[in-house]
Amino acid sequence: MKCAELLTSLNEYVDGTVDPAICEEFEQHMAGCNPCQVVVDNIRKTITLYREGRPYRLPVECRQRLHSALRERWAETHLTGGPAPS
Amino acid sequence: MITITKCLRAPLDRGSRAEKCDATGCHSYKQMTNETTIAVTPDVELVGRAKKGDLDAFEALTNRYEQRVYSLALRMLRQEQDAEDVTQQTFLSAMQNLGGFRGDASFSTWLLRIASHAALKVIRKRKGLDTTSLEEATEEEDSYGSIPHPEYIADWRQSPEELVRKNEIQRLLDDALGKLDEKHRMVFLLRDVEGLSVKEAAEALGLSEANTKVRLLRARLQLREELTRTLGDPERRVVRTHQDH
Repeated sequence: MKCAELLTSLNEYVDGTVDPAICEEFEQHMAGCNPCQVVVDNIRKTITLYREGRPYRLPVECRQRLHSALRERWAETHLTGGPAPS
Repeated sequence: MITITKCLRAPLDRGSRAEKCDATGCHSYKQMTNETTIAVTPDVELVGRAKKGDLDAFEALTNRYEQRVYSLALRMLRQEQDAEDVTQQTFLSAMQNLGGFRGDASFSTWLLRIASHAALKVIRKRKGLDTTSLEEATEEEDSYGSIPHPEYIADWRQSPEELVRKNEIQRLLDDALGKLDEKHRMVFLLRDVEGLSVKEAAEALGLSEANTKVRLLRARLQLREELTRTLGDPERRVVRTHQDH
C-alpha cells in the first residue's frame, strides 16, 4: 500500500469499519510511514474536536416563535375533528 | 393556597404532596412532576403519544431536539435567520408528517433528515436553482482521484480534550468549517457531528453512499489541514522525504 492508496481507506480505518485484510496492509504501511501516522492521528483529533464541540443555543425569542408556530399549527390540524391539544 | 416555593420543597413522598397541592387548588407540583416525567420519557413513547394527539408529547420532543436541529442548520447555512427558518420548518414538517413516521430510523435521524432537506432547499434558493430537484444540485460525483494530499503534517500541541475546554477553539472550528464547500460540509456535519451512519447521511442528502464517502474524506482532510496549520506544533512538523512510497 502506498500513501495515496491509504487515503482511499482512511474513512473506514478511522471509523473502524475497514476490511480486516486492508486494515493489516494499512497498519503495515503506517508502521513505516511517520507522515501517514500523524495524518491519521490528526484526523481522529479533528473529528473528536467537532464531535465534542458545543451546540449553538437557539435564541429565546426564536424558541418562543417556534413553539407558538407549533401550537398554532396543532390547533389548526387537531381542533377540527381530531383529538384536542392539551 | 400552597405556594410554588413550598411545592418545590416537597419531600421525597412526592405523590402525596402532589395530591395535597391539588386538594388546595394548586397544580404547580403536579405540573412539575409531569415535566420531570416527560423529560425522561423515551422518544418512541413520546412519538406514540403525539400521534394520538398529545401536544405536550410533541413539544417535549421539540424541546429535546430544537438545539440540535438549530445547531445543524446554523453550521450548514452560517446565517441565523435561515437557521431559525429551517428549525421552524423542520418541526412543522415533522408535526405534519408524524403519522407517516414508521420508526424504521430513530426519531432524531428522521428529524435530521427533514432538517437537511430544508437546509438544502435554502442553499438551492441562494444559488438561484430550482428547489424541486434537490438531487440535481448535490449528486455531482466526487472521486478519490482528485483528493488533495495532506500538506502540513505535524503533531498537535494539545489534545482535543484540552482544546475543547478553551472557549476560543470554537471560533477556529467554525472558521474551518465555513471554508468547506457546502456539499462537503453537510456530509461532515451529519456523519461526524451528528453521528449518522454513512448510509443515513447519504439518504438524508439524496446521495449515493460512494459519493458520500468521498465527500466525507474531502471534508475530513480539509478540516485536518486547516486545524493542523493552527494547532500543529511547528517543531514536530513532519515533511515527506518522498512524494509516495
